[in-house]
Amino acid sequence: MSEARSYIPNSPPTIKDQMLADIGIGDLEDLFADIPESIRTNSTLHLPPSRSESEVRLQVEDLLSRNISTREMTSFLGGSVWPHYVPAAVDEIVSRSEFLTSYTPYQPEISQGMLQALFEYQSMIAELMGMEFANSSLYDWATALGEAARMCSRVTGRNEFLVPHYIQPDRLRTLQTFCEPAGIRIVELRQDNRTGTILQGDLHEKITSKTAGVYLEMPSYLGFLESRPKQIGEIAHEKGSLFVIGAEPISLGLFASPGELGADIAIGEGQPLGNHMNFGGPLLGLFACSGERLLRQMPGRLIGMTATKDGTSKAFTMALQTREQHIRREKATSNICTNEALCALAAAAYLSLMGPVGLERLAKTIFGNSTYAISRLSELGSLKVPLFDAQHFEEFVVGFDGAGLEASQVNAKLLQRGIQGGINLRDQFPELGESALYCVTELQSRKDIDRLAHTMRAVLEER
Amino acid sequence: MMTFRQAHWDEPLIIERSSRGRVGFSLARMESASLDVPTELVRKTPLRLPELSETEVVRHYIRLSQMNYGVDLGLYPLGSCTMKYNPKLLDKLVSTPKIQDLHPMQEAGTVQGILMILYELSEWLAEIVGLSKVSLQPAAGAHGEFTGAMIMRAFHKRNGELNRRDELIVPDSAHGTNPASAAMAGFKVVQVPSNREGCVDIQALRSSLSARTAGLMLTNPNTLGIFESDILRIAQLVHEVGGLLYYDGANLNAMLGKAKPGLMGFDIVHINIHKTFATPHGGGGPGAGPIAVTKELERFLPVPTVERMGDRYQLDFDRPDSIGKMRSFWGNAAVLVRAYGYILMMGAEGLEEVANVSVLNANYLARKLAQISGLELPFGGKTRKHEFVLSASKLARETGVSAAQLSKRLLDFGIHAPTVYFPLIVDEAMMIEPTETVSREELDEAAVAFSKTCAEAYTNPEAVRNAPSNTSVTRVDEARASHPKTMQFTWNHRPRSA
Repeated sequence: MSEARSYIPNSPPTIKDQMLADIGIGDLEDLFADIPESIRTNSTLHLPPSRSESEVRLQVEDLLSRNISTREMTSFLGGSVWPHYVPAAVDEIVSRSEFLTSYTPYQPEISQGMLQALFEYQSMIAELMGMEFANSSLYDWATALGEAARMCSRVTGRNEFLVPHYIQPDRLRTLQTFCEPAGIRIVELRQDNRTGTILQGDLHEKITSKTAGVYLEMPSYLGFLESRPKQIGEIAHEKGSLFVIGAEPISLGLFASPGELGADIAIGEGQPLGNHMNFGGPLLGLFACSGERLLRQMPGRLIGMTATKDGTSKAFTMALQTREQHIRREKATSNICTNEALCALAAAAYLSLMGPVGLERLAKTIFGNSTYAISRLSELGSLKVPLFDAQHFEEFVVGFDGAGLEASQVNAKLLQRGIQGGINLRDQFPELGESALYCVTELQSRKDIDRLAHTMRAVLEER
Repeated sequence: MMTFRQAHWDEPLIIERSSRGRVGFSLARMESASLDVPTELVRKTPLRLPELSETEVVRHYIRLSQMNYGVDLGLYPLGSCTMKYNPKLLDKLVSTPKIQDLHPMQEAGTVQGILMILYELSEWLAEIVGLSKVSLQPAAGAHGEFTGAMIMRAFHKRNGELNRRDELIVPDSAHGTNPASAAMAGFKVVQVPSNREGCVDIQALRSSLSARTAGLMLTNPNTLGIFESDILRIAQLVHEVGGLLYYDGANLNAMLGKAKPGLMGFDIVHINIHKTFATPHGGGGPGAGPIAVTKELERFLPVPTVERMGDRYQLDFDRPDSIGKMRSFWGNAAVLVRAYGYILMMGAEGLEEVANVSVLNANYLARKLAQISGLELPFGGKTRKHEFVLSASKLARETGVSAAQLSKRLLDFGIHAPTVYFPLIVDEAMMIEPTETVSREELDEAAVAFSKTCAEAYTNPEAVRNAPSNTSVTRVDEARASHPKTMQFTWNHRPRSA
């Protein structure tokens, strides 16, 4: 006999029986009689038995307590998911159930709140990126890159996409997944092994009349800044190719926007804007472009501002839906439907709180903190910090070859002392030797950085 | 009958509230460092972001929230979207630094708890859909479809057949994401018509199948809410020509504990966590779209998978035949942990009860609505599963009121509209999915609202056409939204005609 359940109002047997009687059906099982017996699940599912709410809470809390979060140790991990403070007001806004429990605003009249918030999000992202338009979110930076490459190919009718050698491996592999079925060839651009700058000779050699797009990241995955980004865009445009820039959004409070650098498409990871790291998901894919020609080829949902039919009020609605799968099916610009709207709402709330002054101060703080960390670690002598001779923001590579240590050993020894070191780059970029990518944001205090330096010294001396 | 009036705040764009000098942040004293970078790299255009105190920002967004309708407010019968109630417990489970402040690249020893949750969830999902192994990586249903289509590609490539197997078959009643995902994975889309019963036309399918067939994408129950009873025959036909069978899990709710897609013959399944497993839809996302595959296809799953080695959990990157990465990192963990809590809470019997009551609710409401003058339930009196599709074509013929207009009028009763004009094979379609989380009383009220609205269409069609009036704003001019010249996309953008 089934029991009443708290999320299923009609679960009491008397209610079910009345409803069945009302529609003239004798037995609940009759509703499933059209499923052939041979495919019916004949035993109950092998799942743990149902538990009470308090039991579930205890059990999940117990499991999660086995994690050691970055709040319980000092962590220097970044590399496309970055630790930042999330203001309490942002968490409060995204937990409002009118937002949280709604879906894609197909009915604009009853969904103005989310629509206006997403319009504001688009406006702020376009502003940060220095572009004309932004969509209302993709899954993450990696899929945004995949979509950007495909969009370049659609717009130009060409099938090669040029990317720097030093990009996050997940991002490259996602790009490969998106490009392979579209017949787009990915060509890697060589970077100077001392400064990380893209070798323009190599770019000139590889860019052809088949090049759909040239991609650059500012700052790069390894934290260094390309010194002449505009020239790369100019070379791309000379060959009739599009110029795509991937950017970390907080850096844009301080540094030139992709638009200022000549980008046609700007992408990035929006997680730093008021979203928790959450073990790497959900994330927030930023996607912006300029010009009507590109707008019409943009993937994802787009919110526009219009008015009510009677003209009494401004109003927001989904726009240019003929680009999308629910209208255009196999001819859509992308298959995306469910996106990351709530993360976009968090980003809008975050940017509204920070404003231009807050974002610039935050970027300067991060710049100051990471510069301080670089200087403290380089004092240790045997480490090469930063490995690339360039201006850095937030992240930098520490080389351990001079110290004769393996990056994995260093991380293990740091962890014994309560420090999670940077991302081990040995497998990602073997040519860099034993090295790790360190990330320093506003959350690492001078004390934390000093402790890293002391501990690192101890690790080096222990050898 | 409830009356409903949605809040209306004459709330300006947040940038219009901006006042120079106000701040909504507080930052610790900064470390000073001289910014010695080339001028080319420094931002020159001032950032036009709002300058506001926290009070103003919070009020702005809370006011906007009051102009938004969610599941917590009432019936949200958006067909195929499974807008079920999201248990509050699930949000609490993930509101902790023990997940929020986990970085995906932490040493495995520091993330054993979350890895164990993801591992067990994978095992449970595989059991629920009757397949061998799961990847939690896809971020949403369509992303799962793309992943599945890429696995088909990898499978045929490995058999040396990719060049000639370039067709993916999709029924005309399929969700729009199916053909879009198939196309993204490089396949040609071949559409098969439905028969008079609203199911796959076996003869038409037979003639579409060939040595060029890579596979078939199907949802079962289909978008009409009808179970494809010929599924074993369909699977056999597709497999006979060497194709694979893909299950669009959007409609899995009705099948929980009743029938497993794996037993139906499906090779690849995606699961919409945000639908079936009660995680919030977030105004459009984030969701999660894990996929499950047969033993034979395991080798192609995206990298990494979560594995158990004795009593330790780890990510396995050593998968040489993998299709690679579909996104960065491992999946939408904060969504997946909620689903873990939901399954623990429900257990096997609770999940079966979800199927029971979602199907009972749909049939109950279908029966009531089909009696309303002007509405019809096409494709006969078969029982439906979790959803059903009404046609308002009779009403439209007799009153000039369309399904879209009817839906707008329903908003005035505090009911979210159904999915309209989908599936494409039904004229004036209204696709309705009540889910198991609504009460009989709410269903009865919905039936009254439909009935009143249809009656009004006959007596006062103008009133229906001018709806809604109880929502935050009256009818939105959506025609302007179809052209970039008549629509503003950001607060800086000036449409040319303006």
